[in-house]
Parts: sequence; structure tokens; C-alpha cells
Amino acid sequence: MANLPANPAITPELVAKHGLSPEEYEKVLVILGREPSFEELGVFSVMWSEHCSYKNSRPELRKFPTTGPSVLVKAGEENAGVIDIGDGWAVAFKIESHNHPSAVEPFQGAATGVGGIIRDIFTMGARPVFLMDSLRFGSIKGDSEQAKTNRRLFAGVVAGIAHYGNCIGLPTVAGEVYFDDSYNGNPLVNAFCLGVLKHEQIARGAAEGIGNPVFYVGAETGRDGLAGAAFASRELTEESKADRPAVQVGDPFREKLLLEACLELLATDCVAGIQDMGAAGLTCSTCETASRGGTGVEIDIQLVPQRAEGQTPYEVLLSESQERMLVIVKKGQEATVKEIFEKWDLPYAEIGKVTDDGMMRVLNGNDVVVNVPARALADDGPLYSREAAPFTPPASLDLGTVPQVDPLTALPQLLSHPSIASKRWVWRQYDHMVRTGTAVLPGSDAAVFIVREANKILAAATDCNAIYCKLDPSVGSRIAVAECARNLACSGAVPIGVTDNLNFGNPHKPENFYQLRAAVEGISEVCRAFNVPVTGGNVSLYNESPAGAIDPTPTISMVGRIDDVAHITTQAFKEAGDQILLIGEIGSELGASHYLLAIHGRKEGAPPALEFEKEIAIHQALLGLIRKGLVQSAHDCSEGGLAVTLAESCFGTNFGATVDLGDTQQRPDVVLFNETQGRIVISVSPSDKAAVEAELSKSDVPFRAIGVVTPQADLYITTGASVFAWPVATLSETFERAIPSLMEG
Amino acid sequence: MKVAVIQFPGSNCDTDCQAALASFSGVTAEIVWHKENSLAGYDAIVLPGGFSYGDYLRCGSIARFSPIMGAVRNAASTGVLVLGICNGFQILCEAGLLPGTLMRNRDLLFRCETLHLRVANNDSPFTSVLHQGQVLEIPIAHGEGSYFADAATLKALNDNNQVLVRYCDASGNVSAAANPNGSLENIAGICSHGRNVFGLMPHPERVCEPILGGTDGRGIFQSMIDWMATHKSNN
Repeated sequence: MANLPANPAITPELVAKHGLSPEEYEKVLVILGREPSFEELGVFSVMWSEHCSYKNSRPELRKFPTTGPSVLVKAGEENAGVIDIGDGWAVAFKIESHNHPSAVEPFQGAATGVGGIIRDIFTMGARPVFLMDSLRFGSIKGDSEQAKTNRRLFAGVVAGIAHYGNCIGLPTVAGEVYFDDSYNGNPLVNAFCLGVLKHEQIARGAAEGIGNPVFYVGAETGRDGLAGAAFASRELTEESKADRPAVQVGDPFREKLLLEACLELLATDCVAGIQDMGAAGLTCSTCETASRGGTGVEIDIQLVPQRAEGQTPYEVLLSESQERMLVIVKKGQEATVKEIFEKWDLPYAEIGKVTDDGMMRVLNGNDVVVNVPARALADDGPLYSREAAPFTPPASLDLGTVPQVDPLTALPQLLSHPSIASKRWVWRQYDHMVRTGTAVLPGSDAAVFIVREANKILAAATDCNAIYCKLDPSVGSRIAVAECARNLACSGAVPIGVTDNLNFGNPHKPENFYQLRAAVEGISEVCRAFNVPVTGGNVSLYNESPAGAIDPTPTISMVGRIDDVAHITTQAFKEAGDQILLIGEIGSELGASHYLLAIHGRKEGAPPALEFEKEIAIHQALLGLIRKGLVQSAHDCSEGGLAVTLAESCFGTNFGATVDLGDTQQRPDVVLFNETQGRIVISVSPSDKAAVEAELSKSDVPFRAIGVVTPQADLYITTGASVFAWPVATLSETFERAIPSLMEG
Repeated sequence: MKVAVIQFPGSNCDTDCQAALASFSGVTAEIVWHKENSLAGYDAIVLPGGFSYGDYLRCGSIARFSPIMGAVRNAASTGVLVLGICNGFQILCEAGLLPGTLMRNRDLLFRCETLHLRVANNDSPFTSVLHQGQVLEIPIAHGEGSYFADAATLKALNDNNQVLVRYCDASGNVSAAANPNGSLENIAGICSHGRNVFGLMPHPERVCEPILGGTDGRGIFQSMIDWMATHKSNN
């Protein structure tokens, strides 16, 4: 270690500036048996950040069910989990957050979030085929400075996602967008990507084969995104704008070339291991591949392609420049790499080799600047079990305190609430048709995508009602999983896997840590009940602005499989005269509802109960009907309740509906807008009605015939003695115009 | 018959076009890398959509310098059919094989949705099986699709019946409200003076099977195939 440069001096202030606690620094001293170099301090700082090490969340994440007969690569093992879909084919999928970068620079923050998750998927050897996004912003209504900022963030994030996804040629087929003031100053941007591959194509991120050359491929390293992982592991403050250099700049064109070149390279069988450079860049990819391979990796900074002059080894190691990969090549096959990367006009360089000493060693020419046991960095970081605050479940809503609002005006108001309103303004900016596989376009319960090469039909949905999670994290997270599964069932799909994005506040605050723990346990319980493995995901903590923590938002993305093209089902009514049935109860739970929030400005009460045995029975009954060809349309009840569901099933058709819910002895607003779980509205041909009722009776799930699809485009809903009527055209206009009119003025 | 689908760096509708073409019997579609110099042996050429060279500088402005463009130019001059879709249309304009240019959409937003197109002229190798005035439903997906040309060029296009498709409403009215991007005279696609080069912003390859929501794109490919068959038998 004679040549370690001495600058600058490692002071307690410098250690603190790197986000390492005094205890963590003590651990560094024990591991090294000496004081770290400046570069080593930087390396420990990013690798032991929450973003890379999951030091606050890993003990919780171990509770997820991650195994199953279809699981080919487990959560946490590699960059993304891999699930068998039959006939030798598999899917790799994952969701990941880019919240903090998007808060300070929405366009590039969101764009690079998309770029990062795409790299995670093709690193697995899979060809990416579609994207989804889960977004949260503060309210975009009104003239306040805050609302203007939120509109700017919303527009910027959507444009950034469009920029990256459209250019690289991946369809964005589904997603969700919610607006709530808890996200003021801290929007959420969670991006999902799914890819397909043959079983034998699964690539590993391990540095295998002592002596194998280590290649750097892709874009040159610059100073952008310096130590972004550490930035992502802090709360956002007024000073965060000064962190703008910690946000990377995306180049989707480079990534498209990198994607094609890497898939071409992986097809040649000359790759021993491959890893993308995401968070913590070169640092993370070298020590993680070494740790996974049980080997060491030695690289020379001076060999790394660089776009800026005079960068220090510290900067090169911690840069988060995008569109870069580390490839461990089988010795003797270096010429293949050269040939393919020259074809695609991409930079590449042999920067080091796999060693047998378990060390991550970084040279700067003749100087050793980093010499750390790879395992210590990647896997032996600190782990914390944080304190969880005791939780008191919320009191049930006292209906007496909620003034009755005429449903005639309440329904249009709900349909124009930006969280419920049409998201066409968003998805029209995304190319959602490229790759010619999108069989169900955005706007239905789940996207349906045909994967031609594998001859498989996949469905995907993403959900999280954060109001529920705020009021009761345990119930809310359970519902997020159940709702995803319900959306898939409505499209005709059976769930095959879940990826989650856990967005929470600072885990050092016990109430936040309780939310994280309750969410993980809730998600685990329902995934076990549905027999669906969690294949991986992402944790984003420290989502706080000066006003406080965000509502806990454990976003769930679920992927399902549809066996036959004939089973693909959408939410829109198909034919006048079709009979409308409600599977599930009329319901009565108004607590935590969007009616309460949007009409009465109240976020309170207990969220609806989730009985997941009943929920599962309902999904299976629906799937049974779909497989028998008995269902014309299916749409679940979620935010806004039954009235919103019925209106949405009329939208985009020339039909209306006449519905009678009978006399339930309840207030009309409760009947129309409650958010009781486990409810699906289906329409069936009149000739099939008897068969459908017989099947449902056999399945022992509650159901009732509630009405008929009409040729007149009006929606009539009767409850008890009250009849409410709306022209569908007026409701549709309200639903479609809400977001464009806020964004375009 | 054999069709070449040119793959530029950043093309992303290349395999979609290949799959759509391959769904016609008797058609083989091959991807040809942009660094190739020859297109000998191909009966038609497709420049697919995407973001060639990232659309940096200006859409299509770098791709027109790709080595393959010499061969495309030669083929076009000998009457071989050349179809440019979306980015392919932009490249043909930049290469001077079609007049005019494509600018940012009027509202500056990328727009992806299925729209109506009116067949303005069916006297071309690309629209011959369609009826004059027929309304097609074909999606667009572009941020820079606002067609512009100077008055003289526009007049020449109209005089020579080179405008093959225009944006319209469901009833076939070519109205301002049906114009998605601010294109002059709702122009969605034009052909060359010799009628063998056709560029359009909408994506016919995306509506070639019912599961994708329609088959209205097939007419354009079928017209090309019919023309090629006749053309071959004439030789």
C-alpha cells in the first residue's frame, strides 16, 4: 500500500460529509486495518448508503415470499428476478424509483429512471419488451406557487419518460398517477420494465474465471451524477437544488445501441458475467460482480473511457454517468467484443481482470487507490433494525359527520379529480404501441401485451392507494396487492409474480419505520395467499420534504399470464342489451375513500377491510367465467366506488347503462361511492346470463344482477327511491378534460 | 418478392415492419444494416420508424449520410418502391427524395394515438387497392410530424396529386380539428413526382392484425405487393 495518495486528510467532518456514521467509520477501520484513502472513503460511502445496501430495510425484506416452482432467479440474487412462463421462455421484470433526481430535475430524473430499469433487465440477458410507470405528485389544481411547481414536475416527468421510452423503442403500456399534497416537494417516479428470454439465456452478474478480462462498454464516464446513490439516501431540503449535479443526464440513443450490442454479445457465449453501472457506477459494478463470483476484480482508472478531462480517480469511481456496462469476457474471446462494439459505434475498453484474492482493487496507473475486500463492500455492510412506533388503528368514520352530497354533482366531481380522471394526456405522450404487441391499450384495468417471440400473452398492472396506506399501512399494502391481482383477473390473467417499490419517509423516525414494516408484512401475507412470489424491487426511503414525510406508498406491480387470445377482457361495455352483474357486495365502507377526500376534503377513517380468501374466490370465479367465454367486459371497483366503475365502462363506447341497486337502507352517496373491496362489474350476453348465475352460485361468491347496457348513452343508477341520471357524453367530457384543462389552462 | 427493411442506429420499428410484411404470403422481409452499400436483389425498400441517431440535430438529418442511403437513392431512381414510415419519412425528406420537411408538433408534445386518414389519391403503387376518399384508422406516434413546404412546393404536390393521405375525422372530413400536429393542409403522407417513393407519418405496420385493433394498414402493403407483382411480370 506504499503508493496510496494521501489527499485530502480523512477528518471526522469528511467522514460525516460522506454520510457515514462514526460507528460505520469504525467498521471501515476494522475491515481495512488502516485509515481509508479518499477514494476508499467515497466507495464505502456509496456502497453503504441505503440506496445500495438496503441497510435499514434488508431485515424487513427477508420476510417476502421469494421462492416457488416458477422462480428461476430469486429476488436479490441478481439485477432482476426471473420467472418461468413455459415452453422454455421466461420473463425478467422489476420496478425501481428515481424520486429524488426527479424532484430536482424532473425531465432528466425521470428519463434516467427509465434508462436504469431497462439496463437492469437486459443485464439479465432479456430483451426488454414493455414499460410501466407509477407516479405521484402534489396537487396540480389552482394558482398557488406549489400547484405551479407540481404541474411543472408532472409535465417534466411525463416528458422525460416519453423522451427515453419512445426513443429507445419500448412501449409504455400501463401505469398510475395520483395527486396528493403529501408529495409536495417529493414526487414519486417508479419505473417498471419487463423483458423476455429463453431459460438458457439468463446472464449472471458475477465475475467468474480467474484471469478473465474485464471490459467497460458503453458511454464515456463524465462528472454527472456524482455520488447519486448517497444523494438519494438523504431527505430533500431547500438546499437540494444545489445537488443538481448529482442528477444524471440520459441518452436513450446510446442506450438503444448498448442494448442491441449487449444482446448480440450475450448471444455469442463469450460473456462470463455482465453488470450494469447504475447507482454507484463503476464502484458498485466491480465490487458486486466480484462478491457474487467469490473472486476479486482489479481495474485501472486510466483505461476507463472518459468524456471530461482531468477527472480524479474519486470522480471516475463515483460517477453515475448513464448507459455503461461492465462485462467479464471469457479469456481469448476479446476480439468478439471489439467486433460487436465497433459495429454499434460504442466505446469499449479492457480495463482490468478477475483476480483470486477477493479484493476490489483500483489502480490509477501505478498507484493503488482502492484495495478493499469486495464482499465487505457489497454484502457485509451495516444492518440496522430500526425502532417501529406503536400504531393505533384509525377510528371508523362517523357517517353522521359527513354531510350528504347529491350524487348527481358528486359523480362528475369525482371523475374530474386528477387522481381518478382520464390519464390520456399522460399516455398519449408515450409510444404505447411500438413493438406491435399491445393488445389492450392504456386506460383499462391492466395492459395486455403479446410477446410474439415466445407466443405468450402477458398482462401487467401497477397499484397503490396511498390514502389507505397512510391511514392503516398494514391494510393499505394488503389492498395494493389484492387490487393488482383483481385488475389482472379483469383482463383475464392469472398472476405470476410481483415486484414492489417501497416508498417511505426517513426510517430513523419510528412512525415511518412502522409503516415500512407493516407494508412488507402485509404484502408478504397477501402474496403468500395468492401464491405469487415477490421477484425483487426497490426501496426508496428518505422521501421527505420540509413539510414532512410522504404518505407511505408501497407500489405493487404485478405480472400475469393469459392462456388464450380469446380470454383477453377489457372494461368497456360491448353490446346494448348485455346484462350487468356485480360480483361482490354493494358495500358500505366510506372511510379513506376518494369521495371523502375529493368532495369533503377529508383524509380519514379506516380503509375498507380486505378479506383475501373471499377476494381470491372472486378472482377465480371471474377467471372461470372468462375461460368459458361468458364475459363481455369486466372492471373492478376502486377509487370512487361503483358509480365511477359503471361510468368508466360506458366511456369509449356508444352505450349507456341502466342500473338498479335495490333498497339497501343506506344513504345514496354511501351506496354509489363506497370503496368496499372485492367487487367487479361484469357484462354478459343476455343468452349467457343464466349460465353465468349458475356458475357464480356454484363458486359461492356473492353476486347480483344490477342492470343492462343500453343503446341510449345515458347512465341511470337507482338506489332505493332515488334515481340519478347523467348523459355519458357529459361525464366522459368531464373525465377526459380534467387533466388537459389543468395543464393547458 | 424480397423487401429490405433498413436498420439505422436507433431504428425501433424495424422488426415491427418485418413482421407486418412477413404476414403477406410470398413476401420475405430482411433487415439490412445501414452500413451496407448495396440493395441489389430487393424489390422494395422500407425505411422504418424510430429515432435514427437519436434524432439529434434534426430528425433524419444524420441518417441521410448513412452508407446505405446511396443505394436507396439509386434504387429510387430506377423506380424501385421506397416506403418511409415516420422517422423513415423524415429521413426521405432530409435526403431530398421527398419535398418539404417535418417540424415539431403544433403543441410541442409527442402524440401516440389511432387517427383517421383519408385516402386523397389512389393512383399510386402504395394506395392502388384503396378507394379514393376511403377512411383508414391508423395510429401515429411522433413528436415531429407537422408537415411543412413552401407555397410553390405545396402547389406542385397538389397539382401532381402527390398527397396520398390526409388527416380527417371519422366521417372523412379533412378538418382543422382532425389535424393532430399542425401539418399544412392536414398532409399525412406524400409520394415523389415519380410516385415510387412514399413517406407518411402514421404507422401502417401497427394495424395489420385484428388483435392489435385493426387491419387498415394492410391496404398500403397490399398495394405495394400488387404493384411489384405487375411490375415484375412486365419485365
